[in-house]
Amino acid sequence: MSDKPNDKKPPRKPRAAVNKADSEISKPVQSESPLSFDTSAVDVEKRKFITIATACVGAAGALGIMAPPFVGSMAPSERAKAAGAPVEVDISKLEAGSMMTVEWRGKPVWIIKRTPEQTAELAKHNDSLSDPNCDVTSQQPAYCKNASRSIKQDIAVIIGICTHLGCSPSAKMQKGGDMGDAWTGGFFCPCHGSKFDLAGRVFKGSPAPTNLVVPPHQYLTDTTLLIGVDKAEA
Amino acid sequence: MKNMKKLLIALAFLPVAALANEAKMDVSAPVNLSDHDSLQRGAKTFVNYCLSCHSANYMRYNRLQDIGLTEKQIKENLVFAGDKVGETMQVGMNPKDAKAWFGAAPPDLSVEVRARGADWVYAYLRGFYKDDTRPSGWNNTVFDKVAMPHVLYELQGIQVLNHETHQLELVKAGRMNPQEYDAFVGDLTNYMTYMAEPKQQNRKHTGIWVLLILGVLLVMAKKLKKEYWKDIK
Amino acid sequence: MAEKQMNETKGLMGWIDARFPLTSTIKQHMTEYYAPKNFNFWYYFGILATVVFALQILTGIFLTMHYKPSAADAFASVEYIMRDVWGGNYIRYMHSTGASMFFIVVYLHMFRGLIYGSYRNPRELIWLFGVAIFLCLMGEAFFGYLLPWGQMSYWGAQVIVNLFSAIPFIGPDFSEWLRGDYLISDATLNRFFAFHVIALPFVLAGLVAVHLIALHEVGSNNPDGVEIKKKKDPKTGIPLDGIPFHPYYTVKDTVGVVAFFIVFAAIIFYAPDMGGYFLEANNFVPANPLVTPAHIAPVWYFTPYYSILRAVPPILNSQFPGVAMMGLSVMAFAFLPWLDKSPVASIRYRGGLYKKWLAAFVVSFVVLGYLGTVPSNIWGQFSAGMPIIGGADRATVVARIFTVVYFAFFILMPWYTAKDKTKPVPERVTY
Repeated sequence: MSDKPNDKKPPRKPRAAVNKADSEISKPVQSESPLSFDTSAVDVEKRKFITIATACVGAAGALGIMAPPFVGSMAPSERAKAAGAPVEVDISKLEAGSMMTVEWRGKPVWIIKRTPEQTAELAKHNDSLSDPNCDVTSQQPAYCKNASRSIKQDIAVIIGICTHLGCSPSAKMQKGGDMGDAWTGGFFCPCHGSKFDLAGRVFKGSPAPTNLVVPPHQYLTDTTLLIGVDKAEA
Repeated sequence: MKNMKKLLIALAFLPVAALANEAKMDVSAPVNLSDHDSLQRGAKTFVNYCLSCHSANYMRYNRLQDIGLTEKQIKENLVFAGDKVGETMQVGMNPKDAKAWFGAAPPDLSVEVRARGADWVYAYLRGFYKDDTRPSGWNNTVFDKVAMPHVLYELQGIQVLNHETHQLELVKAGRMNPQEYDAFVGDLTNYMTYMAEPKQQNRKHTGIWVLLILGVLLVMAKKLKKEYWKDIK
Repeated sequence: MAEKQMNETKGLMGWIDARFPLTSTIKQHMTEYYAPKNFNFWYYFGILATVVFALQILTGIFLTMHYKPSAADAFASVEYIMRDVWGGNYIRYMHSTGASMFFIVVYLHMFRGLIYGSYRNPRELIWLFGVAIFLCLMGEAFFGYLLPWGQMSYWGAQVIVNLFSAIPFIGPDFSEWLRGDYLISDATLNRFFAFHVIALPFVLAGLVAVHLIALHEVGSNNPDGVEIKKKKDPKTGIPLDGIPFHPYYTVKDTVGVVAFFIVFAAIIFYAPDMGGYFLEANNFVPANPLVTPAHIAPVWYFTPYYSILRAVPPILNSQFPGVAMMGLSVMAFAFLPWLDKSPVASIRYRGGLYKKWLAAFVVSFVVLGYLGTVPSNIWGQFSAGMPIIGGADRATVVARIFTVVYFAFFILMPWYTAKDKTKPVPERVTY
C-alpha cells in the first residue's frame, strides 16, 4: 500500500495546477472549458444553505426514525420487566426476632421482624455508625428516613447486598456470640468484614461506605408486603 | 425511460393487489382492530374458552392495556389466580395429556391468525358440524377431520352438513341465535387477529409520521440535487 | 517534492494524511472520480444495494442480541423480538423486508448491466465479482431463512439440502455432512446461523469492496455505452463527459435513497408480509419435522431457479440434471462478457433482435418466477389424448418452454448479437 500514493502522483500534478487556475483566474477561461461541469456561476451562499438544511433534516430524520428502535431494543424487554416485577410477600408467619429472604430482580431482599428490644437498641449505638440518620438519600426511600429505617417500626426491608463490593452479608441476629460482647445484633459481611446493625446501617470502621439499600416497598394489607414499588407509583 | 419507471412502480405494488397466499373464504371476518369493545369481549372469550386447552405463550396479559383495559381489570377479570399480569398466557394442561385425549396437542394460538388468516379462523369457528364417524363426534368445514371438539356448541347449537347442498344446517338451537353467535366468534377472531401482532395498530400510526418526514426529506433532496446540477452542461 | 507540497493538508487532516491516505482516497473515489454525466434511473440500484447491505448488517447485529439459534428457542425468540423487545418488530421487519428488497435492487442492478452492456470489456471482472456477490447473497438468504425455524424455514432447508444428495456418488454423504445430522435439526440451525451472521457477511463485504475497486479502476459505463475516457480534456486529463462523483452523484443518489426509503417504510409499516411474498404465512407455524405443509415454495427471489429445477425431468431416475440446470441458470450470467459479440454495448444502439431476445428472457424469468410460487398442477392437465404432452401438468409444460427460452438467451447470444443490425454509436454521451 505504501507505494500507492507515488503511483498516483504523476497524473495528479496537472490536475492540481488546473484546480488552482479554476479558482484564481477569472471567468473567460472557464466558459471556454470543454468540461461538463462549471462551478463559476455558483451562488455559494445559497448552495451552502440548501446543503446544510438538507443535511440537518436528514440527520434529524435519521436520529428520529432510525435511532429509537435500535437504542430502545437494548433496554430491558417486557420479559425482563415481567421477571423484575414487584414481588408480593406474605409476612403473617414471620416471628419477632427472625427474618426471611425473598428474591426481587435477582437480589436477596431481607425482611426482618425486630423484637421491641432490638428496635429500642437501634437508637443507642448511633455514635458508632457512619450515617446514623440516613442522610445519604440514595440508600432508602424518603418514607424510610426515620429512626427505624422502616415503614413499620418493627419490620425492616433491606436489600442484602453489601455496599462495598456486592457480597451478601450473613445474618448475626443474636447479641454477642462470635461477634464479641458489644454486638447487639446485625449483619456481617464475610468478604471484607463490614458490619451493619439490624436496620442495615453501617458501623464506623467498615469498608462499606454507606448503609444497605432499602428497596421501594409498601404494605398492601397489614401482613402483605409488595416489594419493588412505592405507594405513589402503584 | 419515464414509462419504464411507471411500469416498475406498478410492478412493485402488484403483489399487494394479488395477495396470493391466503386461502379464500366465503365470508370475511369482521376484523376491526380499533374497536376496543369488540377486542375486550374477544379477549374475555379467549381466556374463558380457548385458554383451557390452547396456550398463547407469546402474549403477555399486561399487554392487553393496548386494547383499553387497565392493569387492575386484567388482573381481576382475566388472569388465572396466582399468575402475574406480566406473565404470558400459559395453559395448565400438559401437552402430553392433551395429545392422549385429543390425538393432537392443541397448538399455541399466539400467531394462529398470521399462519391461517383471520377469515379462516372465523370460518373455522363457525364451521363445526356433527359427524359421528369422528372420535370427538365433530368435524369442520374448513379443517377436515379436526381433532378438536366443538367447544362452543352450547352457544351455537348443533349443525349438520347437508351433503347435497354442501351447506351447514342448524338442527338444534343453542343459547345464541345465529347472528349473536357470529358476532361472538367475530369478536374472538378480532381479538386473535390483534393477538397475532399486538403492535400492528401502533405500527400503522407510527408509519404516517415516518412517511411524512421522509416526504419532506425527499423534497429537500430534490432541491439540493437541482441546485448542484445547475453546474452540469 | 513540489507537488507533494501542493497536496499537503493542514490541521487534523494533515496529521491523518501523514499517516493514512485519507485525502487522496477521498479524491480518488469521490471528488476526483469522474462518472459519466448521463446516468439515468437505472443507475440508482448499485447505491441502493449498498444501502440495503448496510441496513441488513445493522439490523442483523441487533437481532443477534435477542435471537437464540437453537431448535428449542428459535421460533419463540423471534416472537419475543416481535413483542417483548422495544422496537424489535421494526428491526425484524426491516431485516425481513431488507432481504427481499436486496434481491429486488440486485435484480434491477443486474438488468441495468444487461441493457447497457456493463459486463463488456473492460468491465468483465467487475461483472464476475458481481456474480459472486449474487451467489453469496443467495447463500446468505438461504441460511438466514432457516433461522425463524418456522415450517417454511424447515422444509425449505430440507428440500434445498436434499438437492445436494442428487449429486452423483458423494451426494448423500455431502448433504448429511452439511446438516450435521440425519435430518434438519438443532445442529443444522446452529451452523446456518454461523454462516449467516459471520462467514457470508464477511465474504460479501469483501466482494463488495473489490467490486467497487474494480469499478473505480476502469470507470463507470453509462446508458450510451460510450467510453468517456476516450475523450479527455487535454489540459486536465478529465473526461469531457465526466463529472465528479462528489458532489454531483452524491446529491443525486441521495434523492434515490430517500425515495427508496419511502417505498421501504411503506412496506414495513403497512405490508410487512407483502401478501405472503416477503413473510410466508406457513412460517408462523413452528417447524415440525413430522408434518410437511400442503404447499411449500421458496421465497419469491428463488422461484425462477426453483421452477427450472422442477421443469427438468429426472433422467435415469436421477434428479441431478435438474439440480445441475438450476445451478447453471445462475452461473450463466458469469459467461455474458464472452457471449456478447455485438459491436455496441448499449441497448440504445442495438437492433431489434437483441431487444426481442432480452424481452423473451425477462418474460421467461418472470413467468418461471411466478410458477415457482404455485403448485405445478395450478393450471390443471392437458387432456390425456394429446400427443406427447397428453396428461402432463400445463404449468410444467409452460415452465419447460420458458426454461428453454431462458437458456437460449445465453446460448444463442453469440449468434444473435453478431447478426443483429446496430445503429451508429455517437462520439460523446447524449445528455
